[in-house]
Amino acid sequence: MYEHDVIVVGAGGAGLRAAIAAHEHGADVALVTKLHPVRSHTGAAEGGINAALHPEDSWELHAYDTMKGSDYLGDAPAVDTFAKEAPNEVIQLEHWGMPFSREEDGKVSQRPFGGLSHPRTTYAGAETGHHLLHTMYEQVVKRGIEVYEEWFVTRVAVTDHDDPEGRECHGVVGYEIKTGEIDGFYARNGVILATGGLGQAFDHTTNAIANTGDGQAMAYRAGAPMEDMEFVQFHPTTLPSTGVLISEGVRGEGGILYNEAEERFMFEYGYANNEGELASRDVVSRAELTQVNEGRGIEDEYVHLDMRHLGEERILDRLENILHLAEDFEGVDGLEEPMPVKPGQHYQMGGIEVNEHGESCIDGLYAAGECACVSLHGANRLGGNALPELLVFGARAGRHAAGADMDDPLIPTGPDAESEPGDVELPVEPGIVADASDPVAADGGAVATPEAVLEDAIETERERVETLLERDGINHADVRAKVQETMTENVNVFRQEGNLKQALRDIRESRELYQDVAVSDPSRTYNTDLIHTIETRNVIDCAEAIALGALAREEFRGAHWRQQYQERRDDEWLKHTLLAWEDGTPRLYYKPVVLEGHEQTYEPKERSY
Amino acid sequence: MSTQIEEQPETEEETEPETEPETQSPGERRREKKRQRAEAREQEVEDALDEAEEAVELKVFRYAPEVADKEEPRFDSFTVPYHKGMTVLDALIYARDVYDSSLTFRHSCRQAVCGSDALFVNGRQRLGCKTQMGDLEWPVRIEPLPHQDVVKDLVVDMEHFYEQMHAVEPYFDPDETPDGELEEQRQSPENREKIKLSTRCIWCGACMSSCNIAAGDNQYLGPAAINKAYRFAMDEREGTDRKQERLRIVEQEHGVWRCQTQFSCTEVCPKDIPLTEHIQELKREAIKSNLKFW
Repeated sequence: MYEHDVIVVGAGGAGLRAAIAAHEHGADVALVTKLHPVRSHTGAAEGGINAALHPEDSWELHAYDTMKGSDYLGDAPAVDTFAKEAPNEVIQLEHWGMPFSREEDGKVSQRPFGGLSHPRTTYAGAETGHHLLHTMYEQVVKRGIEVYEEWFVTRVAVTDHDDPEGRECHGVVGYEIKTGEIDGFYARNGVILATGGLGQAFDHTTNAIANTGDGQAMAYRAGAPMEDMEFVQFHPTTLPSTGVLISEGVRGEGGILYNEAEERFMFEYGYANNEGELASRDVVSRAELTQVNEGRGIEDEYVHLDMRHLGEERILDRLENILHLAEDFEGVDGLEEPMPVKPGQHYQMGGIEVNEHGESCIDGLYAAGECACVSLHGANRLGGNALPELLVFGARAGRHAAGADMDDPLIPTGPDAESEPGDVELPVEPGIVADASDPVAADGGAVATPEAVLEDAIETERERVETLLERDGINHADVRAKVQETMTENVNVFRQEGNLKQALRDIRESRELYQDVAVSDPSRTYNTDLIHTIETRNVIDCAEAIALGALAREEFRGAHWRQQYQERRDDEWLKHTLLAWEDGTPRLYYKPVVLEGHEQTYEPKERSY
Repeated sequence: MSTQIEEQPETEEETEPETEPETQSPGERRREKKRQRAEAREQEVEDALDEAEEAVELKVFRYAPEVADKEEPRFDSFTVPYHKGMTVLDALIYARDVYDSSLTFRHSCRQAVCGSDALFVNGRQRLGCKTQMGDLEWPVRIEPLPHQDVVKDLVVDMEHFYEQMHAVEPYFDPDETPDGELEEQRQSPENREKIKLSTRCIWCGACMSSCNIAAGDNQYLGPAAINKAYRFAMDEREGTDRKQERLRIVEQEHGVWRCQTQFSCTEVCPKDIPLTEHIQELKREAIKSNLKFW
């Protein structure tokens, strides 16, 4: 068994930032990651990092833009904290050597981005995430922080009190991919989940193949509720054949969207008369699909993003990476022709419910970055707000887990925050398939000492792995593909009741199929068949939460559009969706949005761009 | 319970539930499902191959150290339906998901930034995700990176590569940073441009694998690590003292002077980093600095 003060699971931006912060506050911290840190998907972020650095800009404006972008589903204490701390984090990165793009006077450049009232997005070419990831990994190396790489964490070890708020987290169980060893990581102070996105619940996504919602699913099954899972961001500019992302920076620099008739549809059809292409991502994605659905798409599938008029020099200076991506993954020369683009799953606004210190309702269990929901992004995340989020809230979680003194949080978590129970008619049972022999269903350990809680969790995971390896059955890939297809077909940008119900039926079927999966590779060495099989379970749990939340929310807010309810309904729906895993069944309930922050109170307004 | 279940599912027609004898054990049920799935799959593969423009044969290196009958290295062939735009990684994923789930390789981002899937494809180091099947001679031969220990199939042990990267103190470490609140260090756009290409390294290891010198001298820092040193040594924000230290590191016995400018690293780098040039420039910098202190 390994032992540290703080265990950080995942070594992308949020995990690295959390580990550095914990280390700086004197904690013995370790990172446990199923990849090597530099392989993390933070590295694929392109556009930039928003921070109010300019004297004419202010954190209040950044907060206001973020709240408006969230369609008033962000929690004010999270939004304010974020906007206030983002500038420090960006300067900190600069001091760590981040190769930001620069102005002539040597200062960090900032460019316009969607939904922002000021050019606030710092960047490093169109490969900002790559530089952020490497810069922070370098600082982890400098500090000698321990990294357990290619260790796949499969379970958080928590006590089994009935009330999740009474539970304590004492560590995690990991599987070393190279050797097949299963062991525990005992956390004296806390566990921080920083496992990133869940794009593999969809089949057209900008996310990596490794983004399987592991942290969300593990925390959920351990008793930390999932919040606002129905809010999934579909990025408006992804390459049609692969889902590879074309940065919003292209539009930030002046790129234009055209339909088949070469109409600049963002203006000509009135989707965003002021901001045009730089409206918020949800707005642009819906506009593109509306064009395609109305017969004005190219090959009935996509629209064109044109940046040729920016000129070769500017493109090479600020967007060179985009040329490579368009060439390598779509065979298009962005200097000579417009690039085909369509919406693709990109980012999960919802996640593990946490407060502004990253604490979930389970004592000692934290989450930060995309797998968490503070909630900062509410119903829609603004471009350029994910990287500063993982810096600000990664650092805060790291500090808190290391024992730093921090103000009392204003955002309530756990069952006590419930304001009303949910009510939704489902076509099928959600949750686990009733089968007492299912070795992966039970969570929590009925034991006394912290070490015993972890020992018990290790034993459970050993049995689970042995069962998967020893039995005979079907390949998980079929099950995963079924989930991805139904999510892309039925839980997309435009959502209808019938489709959402179909998705839930398909997910149910997938759960039943999952009962019969087995790992046919008998190897204990680098058994990716086993890893992917375990991940698929996580994909199913996340997909179900998304579809369920989407069916329950009868309104149009941010990224969540319902055919029957095409308007925001603040009277009834100014509230967060929560799903709590209770004995293997999701329980739906709601809690209010916090619109009153430390210094600002927000009034929901009509959202137009 | 907050969620109600509808009385009746709307339709059953899209599924074809096979009736199972009630006495079936879970094990029997799984085996039965597996058999059914295998049959269905065979048909799907046939259909896919019929529909595809062409079929391409992969010859993939296989090795599983502790699995009976697989401890001896061998090549397996997989026939994959080809479509335009298919990458080597797509083909490998197809072979794994359809034919043999034990086929093992690293991959994650699919867009040439995570650096997981450097492979030896038709005798050259390439990223699987960035290499179009259509650009290669068929059949396509896929092997793990040469000069690295094979863990299993196409997965190599990267430990040595990481050690060399870490050996050059690969972290920004300026002589001083501004102490004013929110004050950044200035860096000229020209200086940023100078280090730009060097900062693109994704640690894939292709360069190291292609390098004859690294193959013969295990202690040689290698192109990626020296490039990392270049990235910091040339960054004007770090200061001259630190630069001297960095030059001392790359000047050691197994450092820049080992490079014989064969350009193999530069040729295979998937991010087009002029590695050999960077190594040469560090040699010049080292000479300049030694002359100064002489």
